[in-house]
Amino acid sequence: MTVADAAAAPILEVSRIGMSFGGIQALSGVSLSIAPREILAIIGPNGAGKTSLLNVINGFYHPQQGEIRWKGEIRRRPQPYEAARRGIARTFQNVALFRGMTTLDNIMSGRLMRMRRNFLWQAIRIGPAEREELEHRAFVERIIDFLEIQAIRKVPVGQLAYGLQKRVELGRALAMEPELLLLDEPMAGMNVEEKEDMCRFILDVNEEFGTAIALIEHDMGVVMDISGRVAVLDYGRKIADGSPAEVRADPAVIAAYLGLER
Amino acid sequence: MAPNRIAAKLSDRGKGVQPALAKGGRLPYFPAPTATDSTSQMTETSNNALDTFPKLLLEHARARPRHPAMREKDYGIWQSWSWAEVAAEVEALACGLAAMGFKRGDRLATIGDNRPRLYWAIAAAQALGGVPVPVYQDAIADEMAFVLDHAEVRFAIAEDQEQVDKLLAIKNRCPLLEAVVYCDARGLRHYPASDLHSYDDVTAQGRAIAAEDPEFFRNEIARGKADDTAIILYTSGTTGRPKGVVLSFDNLLSVARTAIEFEKLGPDEEVLAYLPMAWVGEHIFSYAEAYCAGFCVSCPESGATALMDLRELGPTFLFAPPRIFENILTQVMIRMEDAAWVKRRLFQYFLGVAHRTGPALLEGRAVSWRDRLLYRLGQILVYGPLKNALGLSRVRVAYTGGEAIGPDLFTFYRSLGVNLKQIYGMTEASVFLCIQEDGAVKPDTVGPPVEGVEIKIGEDGEVLFRSPGTFQGYYKNPEATAEAKRSDGWVHTGDAGFFDQDGQLTIVDRARDVGRTTCGALFAPRFIENKLKFFPYIREAVAFGDGKPFVTALINIDLAAVGSWAERNGVVYASYQELAADERVYDLLQGCIEQVNRDFAAEPHLAASQIRRFIVLHKELDADDGELTRTRKLRRNIITERYAPLVEALYSGVATASIETEVTFEDGRKGSMRAELAVRDIVTAPIPTAAPSPILREVEAAGAA
Repeated sequence: MTVADAAAAPILEVSRIGMSFGGIQALSGVSLSIAPREILAIIGPNGAGKTSLLNVINGFYHPQQGEIRWKGEIRRRPQPYEAARRGIARTFQNVALFRGMTTLDNIMSGRLMRMRRNFLWQAIRIGPAEREELEHRAFVERIIDFLEIQAIRKVPVGQLAYGLQKRVELGRALAMEPELLLLDEPMAGMNVEEKEDMCRFILDVNEEFGTAIALIEHDMGVVMDISGRVAVLDYGRKIADGSPAEVRADPAVIAAYLGLER
Repeated sequence: MAPNRIAAKLSDRGKGVQPALAKGGRLPYFPAPTATDSTSQMTETSNNALDTFPKLLLEHARARPRHPAMREKDYGIWQSWSWAEVAAEVEALACGLAAMGFKRGDRLATIGDNRPRLYWAIAAAQALGGVPVPVYQDAIADEMAFVLDHAEVRFAIAEDQEQVDKLLAIKNRCPLLEAVVYCDARGLRHYPASDLHSYDDVTAQGRAIAAEDPEFFRNEIARGKADDTAIILYTSGTTGRPKGVVLSFDNLLSVARTAIEFEKLGPDEEVLAYLPMAWVGEHIFSYAEAYCAGFCVSCPESGATALMDLRELGPTFLFAPPRIFENILTQVMIRMEDAAWVKRRLFQYFLGVAHRTGPALLEGRAVSWRDRLLYRLGQILVYGPLKNALGLSRVRVAYTGGEAIGPDLFTFYRSLGVNLKQIYGMTEASVFLCIQEDGAVKPDTVGPPVEGVEIKIGEDGEVLFRSPGTFQGYYKNPEATAEAKRSDGWVHTGDAGFFDQDGQLTIVDRARDVGRTTCGALFAPRFIENKLKFFPYIREAVAFGDGKPFVTALINIDLAAVGSWAERNGVVYASYQELAADERVYDLLQGCIEQVNRDFAAEPHLAASQIRRFIVLHKELDADDGELTRTRKLRRNIITERYAPLVEALYSGVATASIETEVTFEDGRKGSMRAELAVRDIVTAPIPTAAPSPILREVEAAGAA
């Protein structure tokens, strides 16, 4: 990340977000900004509100307090599809793919939003609709090549190993050509080798496409290695925000993870 | 750009061809010739013998400019390059390398999977009078450092970030390495190193130079001679450091041309290049023979898709080591298990027909009209669709080699009508020494010597050869060269073998492992053990006989195979040890060994290798106990020492032997195991005067079953 990138206006700013489910305060007064082309890791103990924060960012939840500013523009109650249209893609903690469809079709589904012809045109598939589909297919092939999943192109994803499903899900998110990619525990349940692969893909996505990435991750080795900045949540509050080295040395973070010495 | 599309755009066939006229932006290789220089070009080509690969490249670009030369599946589509386009690519790379300071005699390392650009790099280095040194792509940094340092490599072309990382890691150990060119820029954009160059930049510069001085490339190629070094291939060497085998253009071309003639390969063959580029076989099949015959070589999308790409491509000429054929067969069998009842029955029935009839048909032997008709029907219903699904429909010539192939596996493919043949060769001979001839194929030989190759058997049973493909020497290793290549021109292979009655060579073992029984007969333990291990019931076998009056064996049962046999035959057992000691299991194995003995009896050199006595071991030989290496090779001296009481029993005539062995459990604890094992005697098969060929017996056995 260059100095110019860091100084650039953030693409996403959430300020003073408050959100509760009944009596449980999931998020309170969380402010966070994401700069273009940066990799931000969001960490925190279980139940700290990390996934809720991602859900707020892409419009699954609507916070009771605070505002979300996407490229300087405030949206009151954004819907997930609007977030997607504006360039925010995400993957889920539990893989959410179409299990009966092939890898190729799953990734193609990520292009749906960018199809200009309506479904009748698509169904008839002549002239412009066919040309458009070919363009999208070519784009999807680039993603397949990028993620090195050529061998499973035509395999229904339900038959794939978990690590590969995660990779396909990343592929589907990339098919949307997002400017901001939200990854919810992209490496959960993977073995060391799969984790290394995934790290490389995340870094490559960031480097090749300039996509900003916000990821939730529990593996501290991964977090410290690949992220440019780390934000720490605890009981719905942000307790630290800074470079991996700063965060690691922060007494509040140590207290949250290891318990406070009395 | 597909070649047919270029062809469609160019109506002016055969004259000054300009591929760049077609959209696609590749530079024209041949500028529109003026009246004078076109004649000079023609005479130059006809005067100049085609004695190097770059000269062949120019010739193909002239003679068949639009014929596809190279394909690669990329982004889900087969992309192709014609001979003229390949020539232009090679010219651009060669000029770019020359501009970076690549001189005659310099070495260029190529590292990566099978990619067109790496094949072009080999041609570009040769065009400049340099020497390509392909490196195994999965070599660890240490091995790579040795090869690069030993070959004094100044330039390297690497496929991607993975290989570049390895090169950068060993850079301080290879002081001569000046520049690294990478093909795929992904992940490398922010590398600070100043000695890293992208392939696209190098070729862009090369194109500019080529445009300025169009004669440079041709002049450099014209300086190449037949006895120049074409390539240095490092053999992976099981013992000690790898050795660099130096091969000249003459070596490779004479061998490739003989093989092409032998198999009648033409410019329309389809070949899939999927084996490591640093392996001599791959170099011959996908580079040397392609440049000689002018056929198209296709690179798979990735290592993992090779079998799928094989199916899409439908190659006509194929090499695969036995384990790949075995994988394919296993996949077929597993899928048939899940098929519907009717399909399964159909498959089984027609496979039986094929087993009986297929090999005979392939060899042109007499077959009854009824069997012919059945085979024809099977072709429509089973074999055709099956071969199509495997990508073997169009295969005219399929080779296998490198290790012993099981007779069942071998006959399976031949019975389907796939012309699978064994070859025998080595890097030091530019591959080919023996190829099985169409119509005279046996499962356990490797065929007669190829034309031009002389083979004799040394006094100790070692195979020696003389061939036009004999290597120049090991690079910077005169001692090893002198040891392998004697002054009289005979090269020592280190393999032991013999010729059978038909003049076909059989390779039995490494020469240093071969011994003699006290009656002076040849004893090749690995050959005997492989024969035994081809039975599914036998997992491991250890043969004894060196310095002994006759041959005996210790056998390890395969728990899965014998277990399922026991289930079907009502044999009750509670443990491995109990199953192994069962009388009926002994009977089962005796049947297997008797069959091996019958095979041996038919072959005069092996008749004395018949197994007289055997014991089924009570425990599996295990790498944890030090009895096998991690790659499952027998450690003979440890086994001989540990099972000494059993070996003694095998030769002392007693009916049972007791043994106590130490075992190591997975958690590292040690325990001991005591067992009383039966010794079984086997009556050896009579030695027939005129033995039928092994295939005939195979067929009869199948027919009887």
